[in-house]
Amino acid sequence: MSADATARRQGGFPIPLVGMLLFISSEVMFFGGLFATYFSARASFAGEWGPPPGAPELEILPVPLPITIILLVSSLTMHQAVRAIRRGSNSGLRLWLTVTVTLGVLFLAGQLYDYTTLGFGVSDGVYATEFFTLTGFHGAHVFGGVVGLTILVARAAQGQFSARNHVAVEAVSFYWHFVDVVWIALFTTLYFLR
Amino acid sequence: MATTTLAPGSTTYSRSWVIDWLTTVDHKKIGVLYIVNSFVFFFLAGLLALVIRTELAVPGLQFVDESTFNQAFTMHGTIMIFLFIVPIFSGFGNYIVPLMIGAPDMAFPRINALSFWMLPLGGALMMSGYLVGGAAAGGWTGYNPLTQEQFAPGDGTDLWIMGLAVIGTASILGSVNFVTTIFKMRAPGMTLFRMPVFVWTVLVTQALILLATPVITAALIALFIDRNYGGSFFDPSVGGDPVLWQHLFWFFGHPEVYIVILPSMGVVSEILPVFSRKPLFGYRAFVWATIAIGLLSWSVWAHHMFTTGAVFLPFFTFMTALIAVPTGVKMFNWLATLWRGSLMFTTAMLFALGFVSMFLIGGISGVMLASAPVDFHLQDTYFVVGHIHYVVFGGATMGVFAASYYWFPKMSGRKLNEVLGWAHFWVLFVGFNLAFFPMHGLGIQGMPRRIADYAADAGWTEMNLIATVGAFLIAASMLPFVLNVVTTLLNGEQVGEDPWEGNTLEWATTSPPPPYNFDRLPPVRSERPVFDLRHRTDGAGHAAGDATASEAHP
Repeated sequence: MSADATARRQGGFPIPLVGMLLFISSEVMFFGGLFATYFSARASFAGEWGPPPGAPELEILPVPLPITIILLVSSLTMHQAVRAIRRGSNSGLRLWLTVTVTLGVLFLAGQLYDYTTLGFGVSDGVYATEFFTLTGFHGAHVFGGVVGLTILVARAAQGQFSARNHVAVEAVSFYWHFVDVVWIALFTTLYFLR
Repeated sequence: MATTTLAPGSTTYSRSWVIDWLTTVDHKKIGVLYIVNSFVFFFLAGLLALVIRTELAVPGLQFVDESTFNQAFTMHGTIMIFLFIVPIFSGFGNYIVPLMIGAPDMAFPRINALSFWMLPLGGALMMSGYLVGGAAAGGWTGYNPLTQEQFAPGDGTDLWIMGLAVIGTASILGSVNFVTTIFKMRAPGMTLFRMPVFVWTVLVTQALILLATPVITAALIALFIDRNYGGSFFDPSVGGDPVLWQHLFWFFGHPEVYIVILPSMGVVSEILPVFSRKPLFGYRAFVWATIAIGLLSWSVWAHHMFTTGAVFLPFFTFMTALIAVPTGVKMFNWLATLWRGSLMFTTAMLFALGFVSMFLIGGISGVMLASAPVDFHLQDTYFVVGHIHYVVFGGATMGVFAASYYWFPKMSGRKLNEVLGWAHFWVLFVGFNLAFFPMHGLGIQGMPRRIADYAADAGWTEMNLIATVGAFLIAASMLPFVLNVVTTLLNGEQVGEDPWEGNTLEWATTSPPPPYNFDRLPPVRSERPVFDLRHRTDGAGHAAGDATASEAHP
């Protein structure tokens, strides 16, 4: 192959990150669709919008606020992991990735516990359906992020990343921050915009 | 050129061709897989169309019962849209786009293979409804409450939802791949405004897929939760809203219309200049019109919902009429390209001209439906069925066949027979108009869509019979096509790298191209690099270099 057939434009954003950003933009539309169902139902709901009759009001304590803080902190620890590998510190990467995975798992565990305390199920009216669908699909995305982070931990343990070659870490961090931003929107919608 | 010995060796180790095709990550092979898979589903859904037309040929229920009929039109529509017309352009795009922009492959070859293999899986899931007591029967639009548990109790609808979700995920992954490829993998000199118009249309199409498909996925998930877990998204008795489904469906579904038609417009805009021996008239106007259609397509979805009473009619009427403007710009591009050209009526050209004429009719009936007062009369009648088929069959599918005849020599090294091609086109063209033009009249007379039977004294019998004859003519036109493909592959006329004297980079490599696509790329200084190469007068010998390359890989 002669040079001009292989000479790609090397500058600019790395190809995997472009792909991840495009994927995230489609995820934005996915959650946009789910949020649209929520606001549509809320706008046309006759009666008081909220958990079905008989169930307690939603409270941000004891669980939702702490797990929100956990998820926000996990974005910071994810960024520490990226900064570590940009400096070339593989041990720093492994440390901060492990912390991030742990926080992600804590969030999921907290959310599952929260589900048991709500006093209503997915089939108890349109609010309940919206609540479980939105939080459930966000949780599924957190789970996807945890899987991605776990793969990163395994790859980091084999020393696959370096200061120059760690685009997978950057890509997963984009995704993790995105999942965090969705939760901020969701937390605000469910607990404050009532 | 010494390094060219590297690549052929990499493909010559022995491996069964079955394994080779099942595991390939080469964009050209994946493109062929997409195209073959799409044609298989095209023929399956075509058989379902014949079931529909046979039942409607004369009044009375002679051939199938209502339930089978409902499944037939549902699966016909769903398969044609999601498993034929969208993926087949992903197939042509897969094969041609990297070649056109001078890239060695797509940006993510393995994701490319994944997005293809999810399609037959999704299709099988959806079709397996027939094995478990009946496929989905709520129409391809899946309106609520027709698809709710109490009206569609079987597993067929759940399988339909799952199949569509799998296909949607495949489309999203594919669109990530296409957009990344087009933005990041272009050859030196291939600026955005030197990209072939087909690449532009694929870019806008894939951006629409990327952003529209997740919305239908969300809607499908909501429907699945309603059906299986007691959810109430679309159940008005507990605060849900069945019209919400229509909003979500058409928020995807109207961009989908442009997802279907834009690549076909791109194909036609490649073919008309080549066989008119002229450049495309108004390249930039065409590109901006494509972008404008892509943007406007987000603001017209509710024109499918005029009669719900839940949408603001003037806005959506205005936006729908507005989107006809960039479409009209393109019509002008095409006609001005043909004007005083040295026209060559190859089969590809015939289909391209078929596209322009039939899509014009579909576009005009679309503007008629955009008018809310007219739409109130014609909603859910056969007029709409006629309209969609002029757009999706007379438009997009004509483009599929144009692309098939145009790029077959590039993909196989052999040229399809022009006599059989001529027969294919004319039988199809006559059959198409017999089948679908009468539907406009039926619709104006009030015949509703999606009915299995009609009264003998309704005055609809003659036009229905004509439509049925047309449908069987369309089916007959596929025989010369299939015969043509088979005989050409076995024993067709062999051609070199550029049988049509094309303009774009795919004609600057061998037919079929080697796995790495190009030995060397011609310089890209305009949107017609191969034309520039052919008509160079400074004698710098690029053509000679390419001839050597083609001898190295026959």
